[in-house]
Amino acid sequence: MYRTKKYLIVCLAIIIGVFTFLPFLWMISASFMQTGEANIYPPKLLPSKIDFSHYKTLFTNLDLSRYLINSLIISLGVTFFSLIVNSMAGYAFAKFKFSRKKSLFNFLLSSMIIPAQVTMLPVFLMLKKMGLINTYFAIIIPGMASIFGIFLIRQYALSIPDSLIEAARIDGASEFLIYRKIILPLCKPILVTLGLFTFMGTWNDFLWPLIVMTDSSMYTMPVALANLMGEHVQDTELMMAGSVLTIIPVLIVFLALQKYYMHGILMGSVKE
Amino acid sequence: MRSSVNIKILILFLGPSLIVLTVFFFLPVIAAFFLSLTDFDIYSLGNISYLRFVGFENYVQLLNDPLFWTALKNTFYFVLVGGPLSVVVSLGTAVLLNSKFVPFKKLFRLIYFLPVVTTLVAVSIVWKYIYHPRFGLLNYFLSLFNIGPLDWLGNPSLAMPSIILMAIWKNFGYNMIIFIAGLQNIPLELYESASIEGANAWQKFKYITIPMLAPTTLFVSVITMIGYFQLFAEPYVMTQGGPLNSTLSIVLYMYQEGFRWWNIGYSTSIAFMLFVIILIGTIIQFKLQKEKYV
Amino acid sequence: MKSILIYQNSYHARITTFPFGKVKVRASSFLICIFLLWSCSQTENKIVTLNFWAMGVEGEVVSKLIPDFEKEFPNIKIKVQQIPWTAAHEKLITAFASETLPDVFQLGNTWIPEFKALNAIAPLNNFINHSSVVSANKYFEGIWDTNVIDSIIYGIPWYVDTRVLFYRKDILESVGYKDPPKTWNELFEMSVKIRDKFKGQTKYAMLIPTNEWVPFIIFGIQNGSSLLKDNDEYADFSGKKFKDAFDFLIKFYRERLAPTDMQQVLNIYQAFAEGFFTFYITGPWNVTEMKKRLPISLQDSWMTAPLPSPDSNYPGYSLAGGSSLVLNKNSKNKIYAWKWIEYLSKNETQLQFYKLVSSLPAVKKVWEDSTFANDPYMRAFYIQLHKTKATPKIPEWEQIVFSKIQQYAEAVATNKMNSRQALNLLDEDANKILEKRRWILSKER
Repeated sequence: MYRTKKYLIVCLAIIIGVFTFLPFLWMISASFMQTGEANIYPPKLLPSKIDFSHYKTLFTNLDLSRYLINSLIISLGVTFFSLIVNSMAGYAFAKFKFSRKKSLFNFLLSSMIIPAQVTMLPVFLMLKKMGLINTYFAIIIPGMASIFGIFLIRQYALSIPDSLIEAARIDGASEFLIYRKIILPLCKPILVTLGLFTFMGTWNDFLWPLIVMTDSSMYTMPVALANLMGEHVQDTELMMAGSVLTIIPVLIVFLALQKYYMHGILMGSVKE
Repeated sequence: MRSSVNIKILILFLGPSLIVLTVFFFLPVIAAFFLSLTDFDIYSLGNISYLRFVGFENYVQLLNDPLFWTALKNTFYFVLVGGPLSVVVSLGTAVLLNSKFVPFKKLFRLIYFLPVVTTLVAVSIVWKYIYHPRFGLLNYFLSLFNIGPLDWLGNPSLAMPSIILMAIWKNFGYNMIIFIAGLQNIPLELYESASIEGANAWQKFKYITIPMLAPTTLFVSVITMIGYFQLFAEPYVMTQGGPLNSTLSIVLYMYQEGFRWWNIGYSTSIAFMLFVIILIGTIIQFKLQKEKYV
Repeated sequence: MKSILIYQNSYHARITTFPFGKVKVRASSFLICIFLLWSCSQTENKIVTLNFWAMGVEGEVVSKLIPDFEKEFPNIKIKVQQIPWTAAHEKLITAFASETLPDVFQLGNTWIPEFKALNAIAPLNNFINHSSVVSANKYFEGIWDTNVIDSIIYGIPWYVDTRVLFYRKDILESVGYKDPPKTWNELFEMSVKIRDKFKGQTKYAMLIPTNEWVPFIIFGIQNGSSLLKDNDEYADFSGKKFKDAFDFLIKFYRERLAPTDMQQVLNIYQAFAEGFFTFYITGPWNVTEMKKRLPISLQDSWMTAPLPSPDSNYPGYSLAGGSSLVLNKNSKNKIYAWKWIEYLSKNETQLQFYKLVSSLPAVKKVWEDSTFANDPYMRAFYIQLHKTKATPKIPEWEQIVFSKIQQYAEAVATNKMNSRQALNLLDEDANKILEKRRWILSKER
């Protein structure tokens, strides 16, 4: 009885895993197929022979390295600045006392339900006035602060014992020093988590870069991929290769940092 | 804690984020609201004297716009069917991975989480082929059981379920992680004492896990609901809102009106309608959860 | 991606509402002359960088024409940027709003009225009057006309585009026909025979994608519908001429001569090769694709033909499509940009460009080249290009066809409504879209 139960549970986990992973497998496999091989019945799971030509095409026809660099600069820029800005605010909301703190925080929290798309056009016109359209700043500056990020950091920072901060204050440390030397190191798990999500969110964002980057040399990877689809709608295998290349960098970052994110979320979301 | 913090320090810590949020979020929201009271369109863009203040006419027109109701219906379908399903799948996989029987927990967690980190543009390309009526893996798999072939994205009554299936696959890993975190916060003694009392697994789940997870569940359902109300990218890439507008979501409709046809006034009024709907939805969520567990 | 298919086929056609007349030479043209002479002497040694945007494959390939141009004009540098068709409209409008439009760009010729309304593109009459390269009579009349609004010219045709009938010769012969259909009735009869031949298989006679507005508009135009009425202030889709054409096409779905869903044919080339359909109305880009993608064994089995006609005046009308080159009204480098337009309009450049991407030359003379004479697939296009009609020249037109026609065509094809209901609703929706236009016109009166 006990044993069957165990087997059932393990089987279930494996089945879900296969279901989750299959699309990726097929994407990778199809990207190595010869042109046309992905569109036959019954579907082939594996290429008859490994064909690198689609990847070659991508690197010759698409200025892939350029888009890769754009995506990296933008994603890293947003991540870096937003971590600083959000962590300062999150910490302040968690540990500082000031009048109307609660109402200000609740106001911020409740405005999370305003769909971001509402602001797209006015922000676009504003950036135009500032002359930032078609620059990295058009994405980095508006992305510098996020209510969700502030919320996540605050939730985590609440769990830091007050006594620790008080002791530092008694030793005469300035507020900024406390933030830098005590709070930031203690918040590392949540910072990595938030950083990871910010990075991925920015990397994967499609609509905003499409709108604010009017010059093709400024395109990000997903926009370049959509561009590719536009011209090669019938080339399943080529599009799969493009998809693989768009996903890989994010996966690398994710795998490198994945040991942190559990801790981060563990602390962040649950405490009220 | 001591009394109020000094104002300079407060400005230093809160200033940057509040300035960015005000300039790039709150002011634009207000500006967008004023835009929604005008008929700003392509003519106004070329010549501002062609801008008319129309009061709430956009909103009135919206309520008489069958496409808006279609979009609303589709979005609700997605939220009310996809949302709970998504939360249930996340909870299920979280409990599964929390079970002592499962080996290689980290690996499973990683695999389940992979879809979350992938670019939606890429995901959509793949799923379009999975759903392909003639060459798709899904129909091939079903044909082994003599089912089909089904036209997943081409049949108006199947298109939205197909989008929901893809969205669950893409998103369940994120909430799963949050649930695992919540599960690990439940004191083990509770389960141990329940075992001594002779409770079976189901009873433990019902009387300990569910109540203890209530705050997490509330958080997850609110976040999921808000996210799902803003359904956009999936239908944008997969179906463009078709077939027969069966996957036209509110945000997609808003985008089409705004950025494709440049009917800015109308498009912002759609955005504010969505805002009101999400607001009501959130209040209901909080009310429901409070009644249950307080 | 359906949308891409739709966008790629951006269709550009116009009704001639203005007689071609010699454009009045204004005093300003004299000033331009003076300025030209002056600026030439002024800027001989200054290098000017021109920004040029082009869409899709054209954008990819046009850079190959630049070296020769820069050799001829060493003081001009061209910077090309390629835009995907899927987002081209959004990108151009946002670029206009953010004042980042390039000096010179490609514009699908149905978008010209919109950019004229935005006051974004410059009138070209004076440039043309002083040009030895560009003149109206070198172009197909229907196509040239798409660039003319109230007798002012806003764009120069770069490449042209029209829809013809692609068909499987072998299948048609197997049901007993040697020639492609010349009339609507013939098309229908042939389709019935093809359907009956493939009984029990999932094969159809004709592909009429419900997510494309093109066939519905073409058949409407062929039937003499003007699509809009009363100075283009009201829609006329429920009018008899359009309704009859619409019903004719719907009959193909009802009689199972055409599939009602488009998902089945993600890859039209494969579907065409498999005989999934025999007839398909599409554009010249598919000639290249079919040559590339159909198996060698099938290369002699397909052909193109001009469109059938509702009456005996074969061929029937098709759309006057294509892309034009336009100048940004606020460009500081109009004179240099015009040089680039002229260069792209030269016979040799047009031919070279055709060889690179198979975009059909806008200049009639180029069609006399052996490249075309030796290509049987191109004959249909040449014939068809002499018989094109335009769609209404108003900014709202794109929105009406894209957002509304597909919607109702799909609804009727899948039997959710009857055509009378659908077309009445279509008129209502279109009239709503046209409301602002009516207001502006009444304000101006």
